[in-house]
Amino acid sequence: MGNKQTIFTDEQLDAYQDCTFFTRKEILRLHGRFYELAPNIVPMDYTDDPDVKLPMQLIINMPELVENPFKERIVQSFSEDGEGNLSFNDFVDMFSVMSEMAPRELKAIYAFKIYDFNTDNFICKSDLEKTLNKLTREELEEEEVNLVCEKVIEEADMDGDGKLAFADFENMISKAPDFLSTFHIRI
Amino acid sequence: MDSGQRLPMAHRFPDSPSSDGDNDVFLPDGSPAPVSEFLQELPSYQSLLRRKTSYYGTIERRRSTRQLKGSLSVDPSTFEPASEVMMTKPLRECALSMQEKRKLRDMQKLCSQYITGWSQWKQSSWNSCRKFKEDMAEFFCHLTLWRGNIHNIEGKFGTGIGSYFSFLRFLVILNFVMFLLMFCFTTLPVAISKQGAFNSSNIIPSLADSECTYYSPGGYGLLYFYSNIIDLLSGTGFLELTYLFYGYYTIETVTFYVFNYSLPLAYVLVTISCLLLSIAWIVKRAVNGFKQSLVHDEDKFQSYCNKIFAGWDFCITDQYSASLKHSSLQYELKTDLAEERIRQRKQKRTRGETFRIYFFRFLLNIIVIGVLAGSFYAIYRATVYSLENSNTVSGSNADPINLLVEYLPSIVITIANIVTPLIFESIVRYEDYSPAFEIRFTLIRCVFVRLASIAVLLISLWTRITSCQNQTCNLCGYNYKMYPCWESRVGQEMYKLMIFDFLIIVALTLFVEFPRKLMVTYWSSKLVQWWGQQEFEIPQNVLEIVYGQTICWIGIFYSPLLPAIATVKYFIIFYIKKVSLIENCRPSTRPFRASSSNFFFQVILLIGLVLACIPVGFGIAYIPASKACGLFVNFTTSWEIIPTVVKTFPNGLQKFIYVIASESFAVPFFLLSCLVMFYFIALAGAHKKVVEQLQEQLAMESRDKLFLIRRLTEVHHIKV
Repeated sequence: MGNKQTIFTDEQLDAYQDCTFFTRKEILRLHGRFYELAPNIVPMDYTDDPDVKLPMQLIINMPELVENPFKERIVQSFSEDGEGNLSFNDFVDMFSVMSEMAPRELKAIYAFKIYDFNTDNFICKSDLEKTLNKLTREELEEEEVNLVCEKVIEEADMDGDGKLAFADFENMISKAPDFLSTFHIRI
Repeated sequence: MDSGQRLPMAHRFPDSPSSDGDNDVFLPDGSPAPVSEFLQELPSYQSLLRRKTSYYGTIERRRSTRQLKGSLSVDPSTFEPASEVMMTKPLRECALSMQEKRKLRDMQKLCSQYITGWSQWKQSSWNSCRKFKEDMAEFFCHLTLWRGNIHNIEGKFGTGIGSYFSFLRFLVILNFVMFLLMFCFTTLPVAISKQGAFNSSNIIPSLADSECTYYSPGGYGLLYFYSNIIDLLSGTGFLELTYLFYGYYTIETVTFYVFNYSLPLAYVLVTISCLLLSIAWIVKRAVNGFKQSLVHDEDKFQSYCNKIFAGWDFCITDQYSASLKHSSLQYELKTDLAEERIRQRKQKRTRGETFRIYFFRFLLNIIVIGVLAGSFYAIYRATVYSLENSNTVSGSNADPINLLVEYLPSIVITIANIVTPLIFESIVRYEDYSPAFEIRFTLIRCVFVRLASIAVLLISLWTRITSCQNQTCNLCGYNYKMYPCWESRVGQEMYKLMIFDFLIIVALTLFVEFPRKLMVTYWSSKLVQWWGQQEFEIPQNVLEIVYGQTICWIGIFYSPLLPAIATVKYFIIFYIKKVSLIENCRPSTRPFRASSSNFFFQVILLIGLVLACIPVGFGIAYIPASKACGLFVNFTTSWEIIPTVVKTFPNGLQKFIYVIASESFAVPFFLLSCLVMFYFIALAGAHKKVVEQLQEQLAMESRDKLFLIRRLTEVHHIKV
């Protein structure tokens, strides 16, 4: 990639290294990917921390995300305004949390946000129905969707309020054997 | 950084439960207060908010930052506890936005200036150590074999199939390391000393004139060219007396200047250490999956939660694979719901029906046992026939028919390994198990067939080697007429199995999978389309390579360079399987989960390894070493060299070793390990009970909470 002196200062790269799971090279590569999404808007020189945000449409068309049924939710969960517009900081943050080195607890927090469609900090039945429909592309019948959602709540809800709070979700994820291996994006 | 929505304390209700500053659940006066609004004020909710508020998720962090902010201008000595608290969790693992993390980091740096000398040095050395470790990890990551390839496969086919290829890579590396060990400690000294670089003494057999020492492998002189090819395939002829087989190693000691290197001792010790290294490495790899599978009941989590929340593989980047994944998830959920209906139907099963099902299962199991017995008998007959009728000593081994006879055991084993899974799959459908259990049960049966067929082969070999007519065995302890150098013979059998296994994999890929793909693409007859494209069956493929690896482990004592052949074989197989996967296969509709895959692979490999240790141990310690070739002509068994060497140790050490190896040490040690095991089992049981109690308590607390909030709302409404 380019000469690192012109994109980030050493101080910035150190900060990124401490705050994410990426190395210097990977951060520079990420910057390259961010730049490619919109070469007219994204500056090459990030030394003064410009406040440039890319709209959601550009991000969800990235090859790593385009086939993901939850791409809008992922981008929205990491954006500051909740609308899906990502700055470079958010961009790096997103891929850092989704990388394979992030620990389970951190991923669980963000997974909860992603699956919480109405952002009320509970995964209620309607959130589950939306998740299920996105996963199966709405090819399950309504009765089956109902059954599955009920089963999920039955399995995971510990305090009996009919919806999943973060504690329930985290407890369930800690027992789900596949979570760590499937909940990661390679970039 | 603002301190968030702090509620005015003046509006506290007098008869409410007390709370410390952070547990305010009250609202400002005048506003309507439905239950849900109360719920939103709870600290557990607030801690999840990411941005505008600055609740960091733990009370310690909140206190520490407040401490920091308040005391920036104050006494430096108060900073130590704060910075130590913040160092317990690395910044990158905090669920904060990048901006906040960077601000935290700046604050950390600021307060690090106030830390006293010792803590500063500790912190900076810890930081630089961490950075160094990360740089090293990054460097080694680039050296990982086939990283890009496996990445691509995972993206297209999912992590389940990707884990198969990682497993293959692990086997390549394991075999390479074993090869390096064997080579450096046995082959290299022999090769160097045969060149005359060091003084070495050859083995002088003590029974020099006995019949047992007569051994002359054929294959020298003028031969037809194609006999060389046949020799290459069967390990006889010119290959027999090479570094490849045990019989060639005849040097007794090599003298490196003052140091006497005893080759027989090294040979035995290196074999044992290769096996121990394999065990240690496999167990280490299996430990993670082991913990999960052991603690949690798998059946419960094969279902809904795991599928919904961890079902979509976020690595998928390919449109075709994505649509396949969608269909497979749909299929899985539908199957699960169907299974649920079956389960409910089963509960309603009458006693007559249950009895009928069990009787049916009993019958089918008898059929399965019959099939197994049949295939084992076939393998036994084939081995006996091959050993009797293949001529390895005379010059007629240039005959291709002879080659076929020599390969007969391998052929029969391969046929059994291909046919029996198909039989089992069709039988298990009638046994009326749940689909998940069906898959597992069929797999267990297939594993049994694979590993037991090797066992049958070895048993037939053993009976031939140690049984002789007319009491000729008493002279040398084994059948010296047929097998003057029986270790090389066993090595040859393993070599043949390995080569044949490799050839079969290549042949199946080239001559079955490719034509199948071509037929399905270009020929649209109904039968062909129903047969369909090849599915990449992970379990069968894994069993294939575990079978090959088990052969390698068994053969390691008799053919020291076998790991090298295994390395090359698996290296080539990686590329063949990869090409076959991409060109011919469609992903399986019955997905195989990544997590249980890793654990499953390691467990099967471990079973294979344990099974391989038995014949090796038997061969080293029980069967008399051959007197005609090899390193142990002057010992009764190969193991005997160890006691001989131990006798040359100083007295104290000798006594110590004898005590450790005696029963008076082994029995108490065994009892102690049993005690420790029982303790841990009891501990696990106690923990489980505690977890259950805590779960009940949690449900109760939640009901209390809702009750209190409801009462609060009522009181609030009344007051308003």
